[in-house]
Amino acid sequence: MCDTCGCGDSSIVPVEIHENILADNDRVAGHNREHFAAASVTAINVMGSPGSGKTALLEATARVLSCRYGKDAPRLSALSGDLATDNDAVRLCNAGIDSRSITTGSACHLDARMVHDALHDSSGLNWQGSGYLFIENVGNLVCPAIYDLGQTANVICLAVTEGEDKPLKYPVMFRKADLVVLTKTDLESHLPGFDIAELEDALARVMPAPRMIRVAALAEDGVDPWIDWLDALPSGAGAVR
Amino acid sequence: MHEYSIVQALLAQVTAEARNHGATAVRRVEISIGELAGVEPDLLETAFEYFRERTICTKAELVSRRIAAAWACRVCGRERRQQSYLRCERCARPFDLVRGDEIILDKIDMEVPDV
Repeated sequence: MCDTCGCGDSSIVPVEIHENILADNDRVAGHNREHFAAASVTAINVMGSPGSGKTALLEATARVLSCRYGKDAPRLSALSGDLATDNDAVRLCNAGIDSRSITTGSACHLDARMVHDALHDSSGLNWQGSGYLFIENVGNLVCPAIYDLGQTANVICLAVTEGEDKPLKYPVMFRKADLVVLTKTDLESHLPGFDIAELEDALARVMPAPRMIRVAALAEDGVDPWIDWLDALPSGAGAVR
Repeated sequence: MHEYSIVQALLAQVTAEARNHGATAVRRVEISIGELAGVEPDLLETAFEYFRERTICTKAELVSRRIAAAWACRVCGRERRQQSYLRCERCARPFDLVRGDEIILDKIDMEVPDV
């Protein structure tokens, strides 16, 4: 500050903002949603723990859709979020799903911009020509929950081996779910303590509209109700809820 | 740990606002975090201390306000009891989350040179 006129002085100015910190992500998610609607693609955000059976569910989906509809089966595409490998995308390609990896490095979740960049940059990925675009999120029951990607629906894969109380331990994630797919149900006979009623009770405490489908992907048991659920989704439209 | 990503988004937002107001420094940043937002305020503060270095927020304090989750029936207005089912016993419809998932930048105290 100068002694003559006080120039250089400063004041503390309070500025009210009241804006979502993730507003930029939500703006890009809205943009993704416009892309999906324009291409009539239904985008599904598939979340769950590492090893919960997300990739196996999608592989079984491709097989059963092909059996059910033959050459009229909807084309499938996928983006697989992975910290370090493209293993899941390779598996999905081998199952007939046009797939690319989003390598996140150290990031524990996908965000709307990563998905947007992948939609434009994934060389040769024909997601616009598919009926469903599965966005297989990074295996994690915490971080992916808070990022809108522009999807039509959120699906959580939960393996029977993970325990009935997982919804109570991760309420933020399960609150966002439109559907829980209980996977690896063919292992139930090896888990004498597993109590499906306890799991249903937990879901009813954290999901406003609890919905669960039981699937054994490798045995292709329960895949039909899952496909019926997909078929009932509004094509290329905004979020279910 | 997504708190690092959130802090980076927060710093970008605060920096843009500070520039718009011709500020030379930010003294205090106030945010609100809902109980069901999926964000840990303690981790957020740790991340903020790390990432504020060499930004306009170098000397800024981060103050977070926790907002408890509240659910209510859209039809009858009945509020959900703690840990109970997310369905109204009277109307048999799902409760709506009234508050508790916010991740909001509320207010910035910034140092602006006098004209």
